Formats: sequence, structure tokens, C-alpha cells
Amino acid sequence: MRIALAATCIADAMFPSAPIATVKILERLGHTVVFPKEQTCCGQMHINTGFLDKAVPVIENHVNTFAPVLDNEWDAIVIPSGSCAGAIRHQQAMTCTRAGKLELAKTATAVAAKTYELSELLIDVLGVTDVGAYFPHRVTFHPTCHSMRLLRVGDRPYQLLKAVEGIDLVELPSADQCCGFGGTFAVKNADTSSAMLADKVSNIESTGARVVSAGDYSCLMHIGGGLNRKKSDVTTMHLAEILASTKEDPYQPSQPWDTSHVIEVATK
Amino acid sequence: MSTFLGIPGLRKTQPAHDPNILPGTAPIPDEPLRWGQDFPHAAREALKNEQMRRNLGHATATIRAKRAQVVGEAPDWEDLRDTGSQLKINTLAALPALLEQFETNFTARGGTVHWARDAQEANEIVTALIKATGETEVVKVKSMATQEIGLNEYLAEHDIAAYETDLAELIVQLGEDMPSHILVPAIHRNRAEIKDIFLRRMEHTPEGMTDAPRELAMAAREHLRKKFLAAKVAISGANFAAADTGTLTVVESEGNGRMCLTLPETLITVMGIEKIIPSFTDLEVFMQLLPRSSTGERMNPYTSLWTGVTPGDGPQNVHIVLVDAGRTKALADDVGRAALKCIRCSACLNVCPVYERVGGHAYGSVYPGPIGAILTPQLTGSTGHSDPNNSLPFASSLCGACFDACPVKIDIPSLLVHLRARVVDEDKAAHRPTGWGAAMSAASYVMADSKRFALAEKGTGALRALAGKKGYVAKLPFPANGWTQSRDLPAPPKETFRQWWDRTHPQDSDPATQNNGDNNE
Ligand code: SF4
Repeated sequence: MRIALAATCIADAMFPSAPIATVKILERLGHTVVFPKEQTCCGQMHINTGFLDKAVPVIENHVNTFAPVLDNEWDAIVIPSGSCAGAIRHQQAMTCTRAGKLELAKTATAVAAKTYELSELLIDVLGVTDVGAYFPHRVTFHPTCHSMRLLRVGDRPYQLLKAVEGIDLVELPSADQCCGFGGTFAVKNADTSSAMLADKVSNIESTGARVVSAGDYSCLMHIGGGLNRKKSDVTTMHLAEILASTKEDPYQPSQPWDTSHVIEVATK
Repeated sequence: MSTFLGIPGLRKTQPAHDPNILPGTAPIPDEPLRWGQDFPHAAREALKNEQMRRNLGHATATIRAKRAQVVGEAPDWEDLRDTGSQLKINTLAALPALLEQFETNFTARGGTVHWARDAQEANEIVTALIKATGETEVVKVKSMATQEIGLNEYLAEHDIAAYETDLAELIVQLGEDMPSHILVPAIHRNRAEIKDIFLRRMEHTPEGMTDAPRELAMAAREHLRKKFLAAKVAISGANFAAADTGTLTVVESEGNGRMCLTLPETLITVMGIEKIIPSFTDLEVFMQLLPRSSTGERMNPYTSLWTGVTPGDGPQNVHIVLVDAGRTKALADDVGRAALKCIRCSACLNVCPVYERVGGHAYGSVYPGPIGAILTPQLTGSTGHSDPNNSLPFASSLCGACFDACPVKIDIPSLLVHLRARVVDEDKAAHRPTGWGAAMSAASYVMADSKRFALAEKGTGALRALAGKKGYVAKLPFPANGWTQSRDLPAPPKETFRQWWDRTHPQDSDPATQNNGDNNE
């Protein structure tokens, strides 16, 4: 299959390891990945802060960039982020409609129908749950609100993780509780967000896992920021990064925290 | 002083350091739907109260577990939600006709209907009705509508004492406090605090009373029994009002409401106009949805229904005050009106991670939590840039737990976004520049074009410099300092994804974004 990658703005700039891992998994499975260069962002940040007018040009750029999927230029679009996939599927068209851009809304809906979050693409479109990964470490998984409630990815990420060779997957207490990120919520309501984060971090630490994973780097940036502040041993890794890791090519994180212990975990 | 609802300054704000005020008490405000600071500041204060946080965390976790169990038992739960939602949508679409139908039927059965455009009118009507009986004391069964209009305080100003009879409401009233939850108004209190309030404020508490729940309940019972037996006038709210029969419904757990509804001679019900349902038989749906969602019970212990007057039985003088107070304004907003579907079950509060940590008082309204964040600003309207209610739609991480829990499927996250947009658009229309506006405009410009975006990515070198050797930033300058209050920010990577792609997939690379490798380290 020819699959177009939407890297997401935050991963492109801050956490390239997630889209890189996504490329690795898909290429390993024999697919062709394409990176449409005009892409930037899905508009979620503007939508969720109420700047709907300002979101429109951003959405327009996204929709135009990925519209070739409608002419079968690619078979599908993959995006390694539950919240961006949620914005694409549930908010872009609404925002365009509100701005009176009905044509754009229609195209956005059509493009959204061909856009899949990573675990959806692997299981629903490509029909694989065992992607041939090897990751012999204790991992706990945070399902993230938008993957869980906006996209309804259900247990797909767990199915993928359970199929990873050597993994010790442990349940996260109160997994369904929000980590407190919420985009600008973390800055606008910093105190409340911090209180939510503190509980999430201590739940993660209670599992004894070395790695906390999620399908979204925005939540992981938040959680990782809290763990790093506590000088915790637990590190954050995107679902794609775990799935990309193999015996021959153990995952080398390119994430920008002090990663010495992560590299040690990943290569041990 | 005149306030947003046209109420002259009725309620006095208590002095801040009154030793009689327990920690965690919210002084009686001037406006029941707009008090205190904006949400971020009120939340910061509330977060300092660890006792309240423990009380709340414990209580909401218990209700959540109970709710999950009884909802799990109902195999048709999702169908019930759909039906409840559709019934409410139909109601709102035909509200004027349904209200008139209700009036006709309620009047035909011997009741009297009064219409109140705002809180002031509602308070005046109730006061006049009580004065006409010559009474100076009334009993009340918990009612959000009377909380919303500030009825108790208005009555007090007119020398009428109103006694709350719901246990939690009684605790709040005796504590000269404000409610912090729709269903469990005293959820922020634990037993020890309740005992303290009773000892200080309740007449004739039994000697040696401990904080055992039974002893507290018995003391309240003694106190209330005297009120019930003496009261000639009662005030109630209503959970539902069936248009086709003119029937009112109160759903409760303690039976105190039933005492109010049957013992006195005069019964005055105060109800928001959105509580109408088309038909008596629709109760079948709501009576399954409401108790499960609110108290986690299959059925609530007491359901009282009354249709006008029954000669020789119960109150012979029966009134209803139908209150608008901002509801038709909300109804006029195609998106925002969905908040009027609410049946006040409080399920959204109990699952909200924000509410669980800051409690109800931080919302500055008798309607707290997710529903409060979408309902309060619509009922009050905005008074401008610095209106604390404008901060309510932002008091959410948009995690969506409320939407999943809501028995009538109110898409609270989408409404929050809608109301955020309203705040932003109002600022824009009034040419009020804001920091966020400037930042969002700049981000929109950058993100609408990949070349500008790629260029901006290169600008993150400053952040990397700030991070230095340790690889993360522990202190960001204003206004991003909120982030580094509790979390670090990683240094941006040396190579963006775009650059990695060009390096590893050269056959696919685009000259415009090539050679963006950051060489200034
Ligand atoms: S919004 Fe829904 S969940 Fe919240 S109180 Fe109203 S009916 Fe209940």
C-alpha cells in the first residue's frame, strides 16, 4: 500500500522519533510511505482554544495537502496521534462549516474518512496485530482521552502491545483519567493541570514500569515533563517507538530528554 | 447596586476572616451565578484545601463505581440515552407550545401558574404568595432553581425564614455556605465538619453527639420534624413537568421532600422552563436514566407526583413559578441550547477530573462542573472582557468523560469549544486585543504554510540553547511559565522529522525544505 504520513506539527518539530518509528514499522511491513511536504498542522490547537476563524487557513492547508488521497494517489493516510486524528475526524468540518466554507468542509470530511490513527491503520486497514516487534521491558500504557473517547480506538493499542515479543505489559491504575494536558489548558489552568498530572505520574510510578507509552506525543510531552521534574526512572515512549523496535534494530530514541537511561533500557 | 439579574444588592458578602467560618466555606455572594474570581484563580485557592480534595475524591469515586455498576446492568442503556436525548431535543424545539399546554392542564386541575422573566420577578412572585398566607416561616425541598435565583436570601430580606430540609442542603444552609455539587451540595464536607456545623448552628443538638452518621442524621431529623409539623407553606423544585397532564415530579432520597409536598397548606414550586417533558409516559425513560446517573441507584427511594389540587388531601393552594432567567437566550443559540437538555443528574461532575480536584466553589456558580461550565455563561451572558464567567468554558481539558457519562448525551466538549469561540469572537468584535489572540494569529500564519512552518522549526534553536547540556528546560519565561510550574520541557531535537525525511528519503525530497539541517550548534 501507499500510505501518506501526517507527522503532526508537534512531533515534526519536537518529537520526530514518533513519525520516524511510524515510517520504520510501515516500511518493515512492506508498504510505501509518502510524506507530503506541504503539511503543517491539523488546526486542533486553534479550534480547541476557540480561535475557529484562525483555524480555517490551517485546516485548508491540511485538507489541500492530503486531498490527493481522494484521487487514489495514496491508499490511506496515517497519523500517529489520537488527538490530531480526532480533530481531523470530528472538528475540521464543523469549523469550516461555521466559517461558511462548505466545499472545504465536504473535502475535509472525505479526507478524514481516509485518515487513520496508527493503531487503527495497522489493525483495521492493514490487518496486522503482530508487527514483529521485540521490546523486552516493563511497559504501562496510558490510553489518552481523545484516542479513547473521540476516536474509540478501544483496545487496539493493547492488542498491538500484547503481540510484542518479550514485553511485560502492566496495567495502569485509573488509566482512563485525563493526564491534565488538554493543549493550552496546561498553561491557562496550570494549577489544576498540575494536580491532575501529579496523580497520573504517581499512578505510573506505582506500576513499576520503566516505560510509559501512549499513542500521542502531546500527552507524553506532558507526562514526560512531570516525570523528568520528579527525576523519575520512568521514561516516555510513543506506541510507534515500541512497535518499531526489533531484535536486529533495537529502538534508539531520538527524543530530547536526557535519554541515557532510555537508551540503556532500549538496548539492554 | 444593581446586578446582572436585576437584583438589587441583596446578599451581604461575609467578612473574610470571620472565625465562625469553616475553611472551605464559600460566603453567600451577591450573584448566585457569578461569584468570586475567574476559574484559574479560584481553582488555585481551592487546590490548597487538601481536606476538601480528599472528601471530594472519596465521594466521587464511590458514586462513580456505583453508577458504573447499575449502568452496566441495563442492557439497553445506550438506547435509553438516545431516547432521552431525542425527547429533550423535541421538547426544546416545541418549548413554547408545551409550556402553554402545561399551563392549561395544571390550571384545569386547580393549580395556578406564574411566569417569571428573571430572578427578580420570580423572587417577587414567591414572596407575595407567602405574604398572602400571613406566614413568616417556610420549609423547602432542595431546588436548584431557587438556588439559582437566590430565593432564600431574598426571603430573608423580606422577613421570611426559609428552612432547607434536604440533609445536604441543610448542612450548607447552617454553614452559611454555598453548594458545591448539584446533587450532593455538601460534598465538600466530611462527618467531622458536619458535626462541627451542627454543634455551632443547630438548636438543641443532643448532648455528646459524635460524628457517627446515624447520630448526625438523628439530630437533623429532630430539628426538621419540628419544622415540618409547624410549616403551613412549602417551596419545592421539580425534576420534570409533563405537559400533557400538568403533572409535576420530585425525585429524592430522604423523604423530606414528600413531607414538604404533602403536609403544608400552600405549595409553591419554582421551576426552570426547560424542565418540561412532552408526556407523562416519557417519565418511563427519565426515571430509568436519572437515578442511575445521579445516585447510582436502579430506582430512587421517593418519587412524588402531583397534578394540581386534590380536594381534602395535601396542599389546597398550589402554585408553580415558571422561570426563564436566560433560558430563552440559550434556546436561541442553535448549538448552545443543548445545555438545556440537562436533567441535573450530576453524572458529569462525578466523572470530571477537573471538578474532582478543585470542587464546586471554584466555578463561582450554583451550577458547577462540566454542565456549569456550559450552562452558567449562557444563562448570565457575558458582561465583557473581564467577566469571570468567560473563563468557565476554558475550565476543561476536553477529556470527554462528561459526554460519555451524560444520560441525555449532551456533547459538553463541543459546547465548550463553541462557547470558547464565543468568548474569542466577542473580544474580536469589541477590538480588545489579547495576548492569546496575538499568539494564535501568529501561529495561524505560520501553520498555514509549510515553508513558514519549516522556517519556524529552525527558530527552536533558542529553546535548545535554553535547555543547554541537560537537555530540558525547567523554567520558561512568562507567559509559558505555567508549563514549567510542574513539568519540564524537553529541548527540541537537532533534527526535525522533515529534515530526517529529506536525509533518509532523498529520492522523495523537495528542494524547498532541503538543507535545513541545523548547523548552528
Ligand atoms: S449535563 Fe448531563 S451529566 Fe451533567 S448534570 Fe446534566 S444531564 Fe447530568
